[in-house]
Amino acid sequence: MPQVHIHQHDAIIVGAGGAGLMAALYASKNANVAVVSKLYPTRSHTGAAQGGISAALGNVEEDRWEWHAFDTVKGSDYLADQDAVDVLCKEAIDAVIELEHMGLPFDRFPNGKISQRRFGGHTNNETKKPVQRACHAADRTGHMILQTLYQQCIKNKVNFFDEFHVVDLIRVGDAVAGVVALEIATGDFHIFHGKAVMFATGGWGRCWEVTSNAHSLTGDGAAICFRQGVPMEDMEFFQFHPTGIYKLGILITEGVRGEGGILLNGKGERFMEKYAPTIKDLASRDVVSRAIFLELRDGNGVNGQNYVHLDVTPATVNKYFELAGETRRITREDIEQKLPDIADFTRTYLGVDPVEEPMPIQPTAHYAMGGIPTNVDAQVLANAQGNVITGLYAAGEVACVSVHGANRLGTNSLVDLVVFGRRAGMHIAANVANMTLPALPKDAAAPVIAEFERIRTNKGQAKPYELRNRMQKTMTDNVGVFRTAESMASAQEELKQLRHEYLTNIVIDDKGNQFNTDLLEAWELGCLLELAEVTAFSAYNRTESRGGHAREDYPNRDDQNWLKHTFCRKEGDRFHLDYKPVTILRYQPKERVY
Amino acid sequence: MQVQMRVRRYNPEKQSKPWWGEYTLQNVNRTDTVLDLLHRVKWEIDGTLALRRSCGHGVCGSDAMRINGANALACKTLVSRLAAAGEPNVQIQVEPLLGLAVQKDLIVNMEPFFEHYRSVLPFMVNNDPVPADGRERLQSPEDRARFDDTTKCILCAACTSSCPSFWANDKYVGPAAIVQAHRFIFDSRDQATSERLQVVGDTFGVWRCRTIFNCTNACPRDIEVTRAIAEVKVALTTGEV
Repeated sequence: MPQVHIHQHDAIIVGAGGAGLMAALYASKNANVAVVSKLYPTRSHTGAAQGGISAALGNVEEDRWEWHAFDTVKGSDYLADQDAVDVLCKEAIDAVIELEHMGLPFDRFPNGKISQRRFGGHTNNETKKPVQRACHAADRTGHMILQTLYQQCIKNKVNFFDEFHVVDLIRVGDAVAGVVALEIATGDFHIFHGKAVMFATGGWGRCWEVTSNAHSLTGDGAAICFRQGVPMEDMEFFQFHPTGIYKLGILITEGVRGEGGILLNGKGERFMEKYAPTIKDLASRDVVSRAIFLELRDGNGVNGQNYVHLDVTPATVNKYFELAGETRRITREDIEQKLPDIADFTRTYLGVDPVEEPMPIQPTAHYAMGGIPTNVDAQVLANAQGNVITGLYAAGEVACVSVHGANRLGTNSLVDLVVFGRRAGMHIAANVANMTLPALPKDAAAPVIAEFERIRTNKGQAKPYELRNRMQKTMTDNVGVFRTAESMASAQEELKQLRHEYLTNIVIDDKGNQFNTDLLEAWELGCLLELAEVTAFSAYNRTESRGGHAREDYPNRDDQNWLKHTFCRKEGDRFHLDYKPVTILRYQPKERVY
Repeated sequence: MQVQMRVRRYNPEKQSKPWWGEYTLQNVNRTDTVLDLLHRVKWEIDGTLALRRSCGHGVCGSDAMRINGANALACKTLVSRLAAAGEPNVQIQVEPLLGLAVQKDLIVNMEPFFEHYRSVLPFMVNNDPVPADGRERLQSPEDRARFDDTTKCILCAACTSSCPSFWANDKYVGPAAIVQAHRFIFDSRDQATSERLQVVGDTFGVWRCRTIFNCTNACPRDIEVTRAIAEVKVALTTGEV
């Protein structure tokens, strides 16, 4: 057994994206905190978020947080917990103002206030028209949030362990005692012993073939918790963003449509008029993704290919503004100024200049609505009855509060991570003094060290990338935008086979210690496989269509039987499901039309 | 097309000095990125190849490296930029960034880089009470535009590690740190201009810059780095921002 280094802190925050950094800032005020991340903090995927962060500031037109809340609930297809949504939308206002005070360079209106733009699903509840709610810094809002929070962490001397890859959670009874991490540079194992552990490790879009997610988004935090007995909530709900760059999956922000961009099929038709007559191209993401999928299946792709066009050229946009009787017009300069990164992406990767020609797009796996179940203080739930695991927290994409329900509205991921990251940090700061430090179990790191040794030394034939490709293919074909019992059964069969191969037949080339990314990628594949199986299993059992979970064999929403959250846990080798009622306050479920 | 990848390799656990790894890849598309090709080498040929990467589309700053002798992000460099149209067989050479110690293959020690970053007080300082109405501090679009270019920095180190002044003396804070200083010096809301100017006006600050423009050429975010440095020099000389 190699030597294991031991560190002691009050709280350990795993992951250094928006949620982790926000929590670190608050928790550090009153506790000795370590932020442990497999990446340098500024590499985190919060930095890839583009279009904006919504808050009902009302800087340019009337807006209310209750409207934001209703839009979020409607967007969620009524699966979001409405008490949590109230917290999200009310605190969004204060959180955005706090980010500005921290120095975030938001774009400004001529009067000096934070600039706001339209985004999918965000409306004036009275007129039903899109409302300008998304606060933005060009089309790199996430980048600015990540940079600003990291800057503040440096100012406040937060304690970072960069490129330490957390690989296990240490549980003691109904509490936690810390985490095990592998130091990437040396291969050494470290135990971070503490009273509180927070996971803020992001999503697992890499389960699918075409994704907007970073290579590093492999669901580590969720898989680690799941292996330690934490249930996973609502895993069947994964968002496919309608506008990914064709084949590459790189995100093209909804802000493009917020600025007036139009979706056109191969016949040049603005097909969203059929699917969402009122707000058309700015309908919720699940609605638009399904529309694109159906257009492609009906042979309405561009040039017979598997993509449609997103057109933000001034000629097209202004034509549709004119048709709609709107007075506003856009210019080439507006696009260059408001969507510079998008223009750069399409020019770099496609050779397409969005000012001159339409962009080829297709839906791309984007965001996990489900994940580690928490309450509104980011405390992790042990079960569907709502019991809390002492000292364990989660926030951001890895968590399921649930504020996104069956489908997340655009910009609400950034709202989620600042609001609930902050609440996690506050809760840790307020409670850590009264918590006891559990003793470390003997050989706490031994099981995960053994698993790494198995992967390192296993003499099999299957390379991790081959297994990963097979997993991504079956998830895309069978647990994608549309699903059926048959497709999901076939995915489950394939995933079971892949798990077997992963456990018995894997082989890697790098047997060393330092920067062994071969080994870590293989271990990450194990996390993805775990979450893919939970997703397929949870989805198979939900016999209705709701939000991001669209079944061709059960095309309708079924509130009678399915207005509830799925809780999936593993007992031995078998998955087990529980269900938790949805919290309904002001907004009774009704049919969802856009 | 066929690509001959020539990759600078070094594993201190096994080798006493660096060497060149040569890998032939078939069926390469002109739209593939260098990161795609490195992934193919790692996944299909030799899993021991070590590199950093994350987002894969030029926003996280993990995979800056020397590609055919010039610094760039591997995920933002397409084969089409390195090969003439119709060329059936191309060689692409990939090395770690210069001026930072190699730890393994394409991975360099980023700590000195982040130390320089931290030295310029890369954070907003404003000790005034927040507005009484609890709302945002106001800033005109013109004031916001003043520092827009330098907010784009992703800390990839492509600029600093392309700078001959930094190669000559790694105590020089380097272009990336100056870009960060610029981002705050020219932000109308910030109040630590003089402290920051003191740091970058030091012996190892902006005056080490010889206006070589390597940094501007290397920046994957198209930041006009040399101009930003010049603006800081002007601020130091005139005392005005």
